[in-house]
Amino acid sequence: MAGSGTAHLRDGPDALLRVEHLVVEFPAGRGRKVHAVSDVSFDVLPGETLGLVGESGCGKSTTGRAVMQLPPPTKGSVRFDGQELTALKRDALRRVRPRMQMIFQDPISSLNPRRKVGEIIAEGLAIWGGADKDHRAVVREMLETVGLDYDTAADRRPHQFSGGQCQRISIARALVMEPKLLICDEPVSALDVSVQAQILNLLEDMKQRYGLTMVFIAHDLAVVKNISDRVAVMYLGKLCEVGPADGIYASPTHPYTATLLASIPVPNPEVRPGVRSTAASNDLPSPIDPPSGCRFRTRCPRAQDLCAEQEPVMRPAVGEDHWVACHFPLGGVPNAE
Amino acid sequence: MRQFPDRRPAGEALLDVVDLKTHFVTERGLVRAVDCVTLSLERGQTLGIVGESGSGKTVLSRSIMGLLPRNARREGKVLFEGQDLVPLSARDLRDIWGAEIAVVFQDPMTSLNPVVKIGRQITETLRHHLRIDKDEADETAIALLTSVGIPEPKRRFNEYPHQLSGGMRQRVTIAIALSCGPKLLLADEPTTALDVTVQSQILDLLQAKQRERFMAMVLVTHDLGVVAGRTDEIAVMYAGRIVERAPTYTLFTEMRMPYTESLLASIPRIEHPSHTRLRAIPGRPPDLVNPPPGCTFAARCPYAQPRCEQEEPPLLPAPTPGHTFRCWYPVGTPEGREAFERNLAEGRPQTLAAAQAGPA
Repeated sequence: MAGSGTAHLRDGPDALLRVEHLVVEFPAGRGRKVHAVSDVSFDVLPGETLGLVGESGCGKSTTGRAVMQLPPPTKGSVRFDGQELTALKRDALRRVRPRMQMIFQDPISSLNPRRKVGEIIAEGLAIWGGADKDHRAVVREMLETVGLDYDTAADRRPHQFSGGQCQRISIARALVMEPKLLICDEPVSALDVSVQAQILNLLEDMKQRYGLTMVFIAHDLAVVKNISDRVAVMYLGKLCEVGPADGIYASPTHPYTATLLASIPVPNPEVRPGVRSTAASNDLPSPIDPPSGCRFRTRCPRAQDLCAEQEPVMRPAVGEDHWVACHFPLGGVPNAE
Repeated sequence: MRQFPDRRPAGEALLDVVDLKTHFVTERGLVRAVDCVTLSLERGQTLGIVGESGSGKTVLSRSIMGLLPRNARREGKVLFEGQDLVPLSARDLRDIWGAEIAVVFQDPMTSLNPVVKIGRQITETLRHHLRIDKDEADETAIALLTSVGIPEPKRRFNEYPHQLSGGMRQRVTIAIALSCGPKLLLADEPTTALDVTVQSQILDLLQAKQRERFMAMVLVTHDLGVVAGRTDEIAVMYAGRIVERAPTYTLFTEMRMPYTESLLASIPRIEHPSHTRLRAIPGRPPDLVNPPPGCTFAARCPYAQPRCEQEEPPLLPAPTPGHTFRCWYPVGTPEGREAFERNLAEGRPQTLAAAQAGPA
């Protein structure tokens, strides 16, 4: 796609999060604008994990932050738990925030270095559950749930822990508020592969235990597939393809998804990456002046004249609940014009 | 344990690293970043060095080059075409750096000079080593830029690094590295800072140049996927040591070292259905100031026995040719299976975790 449209949204009022026509623009000086997110729509059902995947600069982190209203989007609607977040005033928004928590990429810099781990986790409770109450029992239970020992951890500061342990602390800090929605922005990309597996397993356990709904933002396609029920592929501020994790990976229909999947290095010596031409394919276009029509057309092997003239919109692809925004998708499309 | 003769043919190696130790003197004590590393590489071959952060893989590649900070103490031999590089001064090494051995680093922004035009950064190396005049150097530089797939090389020649994307910058550093026709290219995490689509382009480029020029290459990475289809041989590092070394195919199919097995099993696979339970390695790597006695992986190992915590396993040869490893209870042997079963019966958490997630 790199297109827009809302055909892929599911009917019914039961989505926990429903984002429609989300637009985020930043001023770039001299009257120009960075089109970071342009008309993106998606929904997440309760208990579902949506993986948001794309290369750096595609707007996936900006999308996650716009859902949290950090900062609020330029245009569009974000409905969470029956409330329209973009319409809320400051105080009302503050009251919603405990129910939506976020964990970030760099676990060490996202924790206050001067505070003790016990205090970091108890802070949200002190603000929302009473400053004078003793939250130690809750903090103890939370730390133990994420695999840290309260007696050794609570009085230490973040720099005394490894990256993986800091990410456990971040998860504890987010979950202690008993959120309904957890937005994870590249939570494992700074970690080693052995620790990455620990954190991914922990997130799955937490999801089961607390009935969490998650938006999982990452650039690593294998990581996203492992944790997600549904996957949305982003390119230059637009959605390309949405569908069930297993379906998208088994039969990608958007040429961009196929390119991404073909680029993954496979840890299997029998899969010899064929040496392609050493000529570079085009660079990512600038989000200040994105291409007309389909934004992926400048790098797309299947692009035709139509792709420059008309922006593709979401339409059904082969497979159940599988949607693609492309004029010439791989494997054809039912009822294609 | 049966002993097998090492069947590796003794050829004329381009690079021979013998018992190399690189230790850092720090306030906390001596950090044994690289300990007793021995490896060799023949002309035109590609060696992958794989390890997690802190395993010593980058220090090893810098020790081969002699690019180490002042608090480093280096012992052992680095024989390049038979000449030992360890005793050489920076002045003598300058004739080898760039001309004989070249490096491509992880971050193309910091390895290029931000205030010097791209063209001059290439011609500088050319003119220093090849003693050619400016016009010839400029022509060669443009030819190099073309050969690494940079569009409009004449225009790019006069641009600064910040005007290029990350992938293009890494192509420029590769052009610089290739400029004097080195016999050995050390690529230290050359694609870690890049997006996955750009990563595959850069790896393809490195592989094509390596074949075209019959150049030896050391590819240092944390990603087993990066080295799987692109190397002849792989050395796995853990806590400053090579814990397993084998031809690439053998390493993936007949690994002996429990660490290699665990590392491979912890990678999420694209071919597995979503929500497949990953086999995490519990704990974290040991402190290199006070490494534990015995095997450094014992505390995290599903196969570990009391012996592992006391006696350090030497580098033992496996029955497969050119394959060595450090383990008393190797994967895929009766001893290993017995140790695993015993631990499972005793309820060792590391073993339970491995069994729960299923085999690799």
